[in-house]
Amino acid sequence: MKSTEIKPGIYWVGYIDWDVRDFHGYQTSRGSTYNAYLIVDEKIALIDAVKGGYAYDLIDKISEHIDPAKIDYVVSNHTEPDHSGELQRILDIAKNAKVVATQKGKDGLEKYYEGNWDYEVVKTGDSISLGKNTMEFIATPMLHWPDSMFTYIPEQKLLFSMDAFGQHFASSGRFDDQVDICELLAEAKIYYANIIMHLGSTVARTLKAAEKLEIDMIAPSHGVIWRSMIADIISAYQDWAVCKPTNKALVLYDSMWHSTEMMAVSIAEGLGNGGVPAKLLNVSINDVTHLATEVLDCAAVIVGSPTLNNGMLPTVASFMTYIQGLQPKGKLGFAFGSHGWAGGAVPKVRTMLEDTGVEIVHENITCKYKPDAEELKVCYEAGQILAEKIKTNICLP
Amino acid sequence: MEKYRCIPCGYIYDPAVGDPDNDIAPGTAFADLPADWTCPECGAPKDEFEAC
Repeated sequence: MKSTEIKPGIYWVGYIDWDVRDFHGYQTSRGSTYNAYLIVDEKIALIDAVKGGYAYDLIDKISEHIDPAKIDYVVSNHTEPDHSGELQRILDIAKNAKVVATQKGKDGLEKYYEGNWDYEVVKTGDSISLGKNTMEFIATPMLHWPDSMFTYIPEQKLLFSMDAFGQHFASSGRFDDQVDICELLAEAKIYYANIIMHLGSTVARTLKAAEKLEIDMIAPSHGVIWRSMIADIISAYQDWAVCKPTNKALVLYDSMWHSTEMMAVSIAEGLGNGGVPAKLLNVSINDVTHLATEVLDCAAVIVGSPTLNNGMLPTVASFMTYIQGLQPKGKLGFAFGSHGWAGGAVPKVRTMLEDTGVEIVHENITCKYKPDAEELKVCYEAGQILAEKIKTNICLP
Repeated sequence: MEKYRCIPCGYIYDPAVGDPDNDIAPGTAFADLPADWTCPECGAPKDEFEAC
């Protein structure tokens, strides 16, 4: 595929990875792209590179417009190897190019590549004129690494936002209005939930800093470029930054002999009859990438595990470890599960829920071996009680 | 003196250690850090720290 001109003299020169399905554990069911951008002006700048292995494609696309040896600046908005993996190959050709990065970016690139590169370290407020275009730099620490920064071209109202507003989404269209909107927003949400959810305060701070910029195009480092739906994606980020709950509860569980599953079903029925739609999600068969996405905008996270060897099932522990790192905000929940003798799983699940930041709104629910009708009634009623709390929380009648 | 945790990145500010790379002497309480002090690991501002 050829490069795409996104603004006069500014080209997308990235790589479309239709095949990738696992991105450091994140399930990328619609592939991804590694976006690099070329600014051809009196001076030539390359904004980011691509993942290791795709330099040949990047060089081909740059060569459609200029001799890559003429690149003056290589801007590294983000150190992660899916954007920096081919920097050395570019710098081998563009021998006079300066690498533009934040101090943290320089520190990281030096550790990764040990290249004796010519750096220009920048911070918020710094700028470099290319001729008709100016590159203004805005440090965005922890969105989503310490090194991260935006590069803004005021003359074009164009923001290179690196991983912010990104999506793992391979497509032949380069812009938001050239792809299926439902697929695009779904991928943007999956991306946010799995990469950025725990950094809500950073997102809010960065959105505020970006408010004063005039923007009519956001070019992220993964997925399509935003030009028709900028207000929509910024509004979505504002909601996601606070994990804004919707009228939805999740009952997440695994089961050995269906006992914990029976409890989960009763809790979900109680929620549903209380007016809150519940999703029953077995963590052993649902991919954690999609579970995290469900958590982002849910109102409650109820987690169940039977006891195995005095602890929770490893499948539940794996899910809880992942979600603990993502630190969803403002969720309600409780722990439940069956056991044979002394138990052990449910208090441990509860502790992990508390460490995740979930507000525990019901005592632990346990039963021995298999729940009887009375024990299932307790589960059902817990669902109803929780439904009332959720409706109050999200202001539903 | 209380330790403080950086919410975005997890760095712990320990008053007993201070932040020598940024000229913060050991024994400096979190409250006494300059207003423009930022997390030495990730650059987050002071108001994004919480007491441990």
